[in-house]
Amino acid sequence: MAEQNAPMLSVRGLTRRFGGLTAVDAIDLDLARGELVSIIGPNGAGKTTLFNLVTGHDRPDAGEVRLEGRDITGLLPETLAGQGIARTFQLGRVFGNLSVMDNVLIGAHTRLRAVKPAVPVIGPLLELGLALLRPASVRAEEERLREEVKVILARFGERLLPRIDQPAYSLSYANRRRVEIARALALKPRLLLLDEPTAGMNPTETAEMQALVAELKAEGLTILLIEHKLEMVMRLSDRVMVMDEGKKIAEGLGEDVRNDPKVIEAYLGHGLSRSEDEQETAA
Amino acid sequence: MASWLDYTINGLIVGNVYALVAVGLALIFGVSRLINFAQGSIYLVGAYIGWVAVVQLHTPLPLTIVVVAVAAALVGLIIERLGLRPLQNSARIAPLLATIGISFVLDQLVMLTFSPNPRALPSQLPDVRFQVGNGTIGLLDLLIAGVGLTSALLLFVFLRYSKLGWAVRATAQDRDAAMQMGVDVNRVNQAVFGIAAALGGVSGMLVGMYYNQIDTAMSLQATLKGVVAEVVGGAGNVPGAVVGSLLLGLVESYGVAVFGTSYRNLFAFLLLVLVLVLRPNGLFASARQAPPEPLTGTFIAPSRPLRIPRWALAVAVGGFAILPLFPVSFYVLQTLINAWLLGMLALSLTLVAGTIGQVSLGHAALLAIGAYTSALLSLSLSVPVGLAVIAGGLMSAALGTTLISPSFRLRGHYVSIATLAIGEIVSLVILNWESVTRGPIGISGIPPLSLFGYDLISASSVYWFSFAVMVVLALLQGRLLTSHLGRSFRAIRDDDIAARAYGLSLNRYKSLAFIFGGFAAGVSGAIAAHLYSYINHETFNTQQSILALTVVILGGLGNVVGAILGSVALVGLPEVFRIAAEYRILIYGIVLLLLVRFRPQGLLGTI
Repeated sequence: MAEQNAPMLSVRGLTRRFGGLTAVDAIDLDLARGELVSIIGPNGAGKTTLFNLVTGHDRPDAGEVRLEGRDITGLLPETLAGQGIARTFQLGRVFGNLSVMDNVLIGAHTRLRAVKPAVPVIGPLLELGLALLRPASVRAEEERLREEVKVILARFGERLLPRIDQPAYSLSYANRRRVEIARALALKPRLLLLDEPTAGMNPTETAEMQALVAELKAEGLTILLIEHKLEMVMRLSDRVMVMDEGKKIAEGLGEDVRNDPKVIEAYLGHGLSRSEDEQETAA
Repeated sequence: MASWLDYTINGLIVGNVYALVAVGLALIFGVSRLINFAQGSIYLVGAYIGWVAVVQLHTPLPLTIVVVAVAAALVGLIIERLGLRPLQNSARIAPLLATIGISFVLDQLVMLTFSPNPRALPSQLPDVRFQVGNGTIGLLDLLIAGVGLTSALLLFVFLRYSKLGWAVRATAQDRDAAMQMGVDVNRVNQAVFGIAAALGGVSGMLVGMYYNQIDTAMSLQATLKGVVAEVVGGAGNVPGAVVGSLLLGLVESYGVAVFGTSYRNLFAFLLLVLVLVLRPNGLFASARQAPPEPLTGTFIAPSRPLRIPRWALAVAVGGFAILPLFPVSFYVLQTLINAWLLGMLALSLTLVAGTIGQVSLGHAALLAIGAYTSALLSLSLSVPVGLAVIAGGLMSAALGTTLISPSFRLRGHYVSIATLAIGEIVSLVILNWESVTRGPIGISGIPPLSLFGYDLISASSVYWFSFAVMVVLALLQGRLLTSHLGRSFRAIRDDDIAARAYGLSLNRYKSLAFIFGGFAAGVSGAIAAHLYSYINHETFNTQQSILALTVVILGGLGNVVGAILGSVALVGLPEVFRIAAEYRILIYGIVLLLLVRFRPQGLLGTI
């Protein structure tokens, strides 16, 4: 079947304009199954807008997005979640008043079966009834998911497990990022989009996060990563795409992209010499 | 019959008045992203200050206008100081609730000072009318148009050319950036509230002169109309608000011409709902807006709920259950029955406003739907009262959810406007649909509560019945909260964008919350109908919606035990202290304000 050979994610000519500004300008991008591609670029390059377009949080003005060959352009985020796309958010969007457990359980929402029978029209009412009556099948499903959540949280060592019943607003910034990633993993995604997972983390925490992402990649997960920490990008990525002012200015293996003059110029600004390359790596 | 030109002129004049209110709302929304629910109260205050000036002080017209503008501006500054500034770092729900509280306090103060009876506010202009084509135009019409145009011009010059005006525009575009560039945002807010209030006050006075009548009901109407005009034009869009106001005035005027006066408001609210559904960013929104920035902090204040041990709850329920066995007075039982009925409404509202974050201001409409359904079924079709009450709950769940569903795509403050408007629509439909609802006469002779053929007449039997129903509803809601639905509702409240990213359909879960909550409110209204034996379109009014909201905030948003505790407190305490009825609403308003300021999580905490 053709679908089997289609890339996991395929983006063609994706464009989004805000007034006079073209935030995402005719971007093409392919992600093979199990591949990890990083998107880098200066602030305001359009990386997060691209994420929003892929995950349905924003609609493109032109272009298309395909998931394993099927056109998913302009579908709603809740629909795309059901198709196995999970994402984290740049500024962190945990559910503040929900416990860590409940936050991650929301990630598993699309996998609820017993309590959410796929019946048209009266489905929602059945869902309400089942939630109130809670027959054995519903309780078993809930129990199973809770166990799964604990397994997912265990991937973060002792960071989250001891805080499993604490409300998310009481967590440290780094722990909220971790909760977001745990929530994304609970969806059992086919495609995972991580928007700056290490923002605001210290070097130890960054190393932990890098190890986790490497582990996820090793397990065969397809990942699209936005990240500013170039060392992490170079170590993890199969390929790197560089964006500037909405356009793709380079794409390829990490080392090649890193030495591309256009990339260096985008990062350092115009008129700066090449010798300042080192500073860019440090940033 | 008056000519079309007359209706057009009337529409434009009324639109001009709305514009004075709506422009203020738009300015305030621009700089603070707040829909000022107290704007109508300023309009009311302006009308009464105008009355004092004209009737008691006999000021000449230009001085009257100045007095009203200055006094109203002062009220605006007070609102900014109490309602906005202390809450700048609070959850987004806080300033919304504060302006609702201030609005009730101001309205009640005016009512207590001047009595609720309407007063005449004579126009200070000679009654001269000019012939224009086949219509006429009066001096007052010209004055209103003149004030409208002059204010628009002054406002334009202020925003465009004064330094403070620049600051206002900068703050409206990007508050944080403006602050970093040294703009004193507090001063901007003060200026905007002062200007908005001055315009609103003058508008109230002009309307009073136009109809030669002022009364305290003007306030809510003005807020609603101003908000409708503002939303039609696009929230925060000042020229849009002017156009929206004129459009609203014309729609109303032509609607009255075709269908009659009692339909005036219905057109206004239908226009609002239509715009909210079709163009939620207003008629003049420029294409699609950038998606909203991720908001740090949630709509409601974070808190840890107080855990009450089960045995304590069981003891409390047991205690209230055996209360009628002791020699307590009829008065105590009557008070507690009222508390249980309010408790059911508060359960409904705490689910809708607290758990899923849709701050409904039209919740009394759900009571009305349940009450009318049950009353009509038992009267006209002789359905047994027990069944009729359940049918009332189901009808409220179904019809209420359907009516409110246009608001599901809205967020934050817009939900409150839409639900307020939908509540008004329900009340207007009840008033005008005489063949079914018996219109303004209301329904009398509603049979008393009965269960399996036994009439519940004695106070203790009614007490037990209402208490039992409330406890069952509370237990069900508690069970709902511990299910995956409770989790999903709360996730949608905390961050609807993240919730959607994880597959939660907002329509589906908001519907479910309103279905469950609508049932509880409908049952409450139905029981009330059989207790009162008479209901009309005013039995269930906005004051009840606000009372329920105060109860919910007092108990803690989403908190089931808190909703019941809050009901007992707000129904019981005024009785204990023998507070006269006219002061109660004032006290509810003050309680709401104090809670928002000092204990936003309520007594038992947000769940």
